[in-house]
Amino acid sequence: MSSKTTPITPDVIAAHGLTPDEYQLVLSIMGREPNITELGIFSVMWSEHCSYKSSKKWLKTLPTTAPWVICGPGENAGVIDIGDGQAAIFKMESHNHPSYIEPYQGAATGVGGILRDVFTMGARPVANLNALRFGDPSHAKTRHLVSGVVAGIGGYGNCVGVPTVGGETNFHASYNGNILVNAMTVGIASADRIFYSAAAGVGNPVVYVGSKTGRDGIHGATMASAEFSEDSEEKRPTVQVGDPFTEKLLIEACLELMATDSIVAIQDMGAAGLTSSSFEMASKGGLGIAMDLDAVPQRERGMTPYEIMLSESQERMLMVLKPGLEDKARAIFEKWELDFAVVGHLTDTGRMVLTHQGEVVADLPIDPLAKASPEYDRPWVPGVKQPVIAPEEVPAHPVMEALKTLIACPDLASKRWIYEQYDHMVMNDTIGRPGGDAGIVRVHGTGKALAMTTDCTPRYCLADPHEGGRQAVAEAYRNLSAVGARPLAVTDNLNFGNPEKPEIMGQIVEAVQGMGEACRSLSFPVVSGNVSLYNETNGIAILPTPTIGAVGLIEDATKTASVPFKNVGETIIVLGETKGWLGCSLYLRELCGREDGAPPPVALHREKREGEFVRRMIAQGAVTAVHDVSDGGLLVALAEMALASGIGASIAAPQTLPAHAWCFGEDQGRYILTATAAEAMVILEAAQRASVTARVIGHTAGDSLTVEGQGSISVQDLRQRNEGWLPGYMAATATGA
Amino acid sequence: MKAAVIVFPGSNCDRDAAVALEAALGHPPLMVWHRETVLPDVDLVVVPGGFSYGDYLRCGAMAAQSPVMREVKDKAAGGLPVLGICNGFQILTETGLLPGALIRNAGLKFICRDVHLKVETADSVFTRNYEAGQIVRFPIAHAEGNYFADAATLDRLEGEGLVAFRYATPEGAVTAEANPNGAARNIAGIFNEKRTVLGLMPHPERLADDLLGGTDGKAMFDGLVEALS
Repeated sequence: MSSKTTPITPDVIAAHGLTPDEYQLVLSIMGREPNITELGIFSVMWSEHCSYKSSKKWLKTLPTTAPWVICGPGENAGVIDIGDGQAAIFKMESHNHPSYIEPYQGAATGVGGILRDVFTMGARPVANLNALRFGDPSHAKTRHLVSGVVAGIGGYGNCVGVPTVGGETNFHASYNGNILVNAMTVGIASADRIFYSAAAGVGNPVVYVGSKTGRDGIHGATMASAEFSEDSEEKRPTVQVGDPFTEKLLIEACLELMATDSIVAIQDMGAAGLTSSSFEMASKGGLGIAMDLDAVPQRERGMTPYEIMLSESQERMLMVLKPGLEDKARAIFEKWELDFAVVGHLTDTGRMVLTHQGEVVADLPIDPLAKASPEYDRPWVPGVKQPVIAPEEVPAHPVMEALKTLIACPDLASKRWIYEQYDHMVMNDTIGRPGGDAGIVRVHGTGKALAMTTDCTPRYCLADPHEGGRQAVAEAYRNLSAVGARPLAVTDNLNFGNPEKPEIMGQIVEAVQGMGEACRSLSFPVVSGNVSLYNETNGIAILPTPTIGAVGLIEDATKTASVPFKNVGETIIVLGETKGWLGCSLYLRELCGREDGAPPPVALHREKREGEFVRRMIAQGAVTAVHDVSDGGLLVALAEMALASGIGASIAAPQTLPAHAWCFGEDQGRYILTATAAEAMVILEAAQRASVTARVIGHTAGDSLTVEGQGSISVQDLRQRNEGWLPGYMAATATGA
Repeated sequence: MKAAVIVFPGSNCDRDAAVALEAALGHPPLMVWHRETVLPDVDLVVVPGGFSYGDYLRCGAMAAQSPVMREVKDKAAGGLPVLGICNGFQILTETGLLPGALIRNAGLKFICRDVHLKVETADSVFTRNYEAGQIVRFPIAHAEGNYFADAATLDRLEGEGLVAFRYATPEGAVTAEANPNGAARNIAGIFNEKRTVLGLMPHPERLADDLLGGTDGKAMFDGLVEALS
């Protein structure tokens, strides 16, 4: 597209995702008709993906502060204090739309993008996680998408050399046309050497480093802000291609430069590439930038200003250097064989002035674009509350048969096939490998560790977004507590359908309100996040999926807990109340084919008390194993502890509830602990003093899981069912089945 | 004793190897950049794991052409002990310091998990702290670890006792089920003729610390320090 010849017609404006009202705002900001380059810049800057225009109003209601928060939302990632002058920097981000269109590259570049958000701020990335949602396993595309996404995440993370230590994977038909790939990175930095994106110092050089700019990914941010239809695959050219090797070099070069005190500001080129990075830096610093597009390293000849500014080529960074340090910085990037180019300088005009082949090709006011992007208070309607289903209303299937079905269902089946394709040990600090309640990574060279998890139960969020939002936060809190970590902060990745529909907007509003309530109650602030809307195909929306990523601190890395039973003859204790809540449960879905009912409520005051109690028991060394009770309920949690160890258990269900409700109810706020008989007495007494409900339900025994009066199943049998499903499902690809 | 770890662009287990060496040595090893043409005066060279130069060609093929590897090859010919782990093993075969090649895993996927290995001989500076027949647990993390060589080469390696480690069951049986990647004759690691060069796909440096879940790999580094000090 030439900036001179392309007329700005209503069709061109619509193709750039701008509404007529938004275009009127463009005209009033510009005071003239924009050229095609300028229109393209408005388009990506005001895309939902970059501007959060539908969600901003509600995101502002989330709690974002705590004494340990160094930097909340608004920068590339959130920053929290982890003691000893160190900070943890983390964020989760979606790459949903590109991963559906081109799963390998879509997922790979999702990992690359989130890594950059974290090392941009001065942190060495130390762990990756990913929360994945795929369509129904029987859907024609699901295998291909699982295979490509997992290979892409592994291909990128393994090469960069950052361990992938945790995550979650669900399947549901609502994701048939819109899978979710939410990637999270955690990094560690010195608390006094955090790098921000606000430009400063008129005249300071603006420097481009990393890969060259090509024609890939143009309009990715706009694509991520529209619904899909039948022709979505034609959008494949807007998916970027990742180069993890260059990313690895970029990490090392940036960290090396950051150690020299040369950088004023730094910003990665993510969605909307050079446009959003340059506007963001200038806007935050209240300055202007004069940029020479001929100086931008280019992979292809004949690129137009429009293409250069909108390219989403990967592995690129923009930075402002202190004056006179260009040569020192250049030497570092040349050592790592990366491009380094001074592409402009800061001005005091407050305008972005782009020149190309000697001509000014764009001249835009920065603040109106970056700060005055539209903000909508979209109409919304509250969700219809689902009725509470009493345990007695749910058909009772034989308990052991139901367990066999549940332990092999797609959501509960072992995800070993996935996480063994990820290097989860590189960097040699992984204490808690995938498969546990949370990944645990030692803070290199210290005796402490970080625990991390991702959580969301989308079916609860559909039934009641408010309760589902609370539950996602509470489950993350529980997963961290279960390994002995003090929960510190969360990052959120809000995945929803089309916000222009009042019922979808209602899901967003209510989920955010629920999350906010839980975060406030648990002193668990939101420090970073990302929003992915328009996850709809042909008008069908995904389940509302506000994924929570969370980080906690373990002061003494030798004092953690894990899921496997450790010895036979140990006492099994359940913390929390078991009332047999089967509404919205996996039992109801997998055994009865129903997805109705209200989800289990979360009692936040109890969550905090129980979490603190569990952490205290772990720190005291009173427990031998800990597992939170979540999807599938108590018996599934016990089966998982047996599967992780090969040791069985013998359990007695109380007579006060139907057995299937006691075994598979998904009442919230529960943990299973094991301890020696002597320690169990200590734990029960301590629980009573702490007003925490604790009940002995049995003991570890033999190599079978037995529920008194209900029968028994060998751990071996459970294992075949639990481990068999995913490899069997994926292997069917090779035979063309 | 002094040790060096080679660092290529794309190496990502260089720090892990350095940490394991430092724990055994009591002081950090030297980190040697790929463009160096002269090796410092050391008693051991470690070629670490990772994705040297991105491994966008055959794994290790580009690293084998690097300036530093020409020097490593010369010094190895003079008897300097060289340990190649994972990508390091691939580089050593590409360099010609070890025979055979590492091809795509039989299952075509990257695999990261602990495996059990049978130590074939204790008669080397690398394995002196193990016993022949001992079963150890090391992690693997690779997509191209399927050891391949022609039958004559394999026969020679076996005949001359140059197989260092084989994939085995926890009980020590060398079976197809215990072979994670399709490696010929379950070979996980091999020596050169003088047993001064060892290449292996599994990562001993990843299980050399109790907190990480085991210490079977520690004996290799301790043994090297004892033998070469």
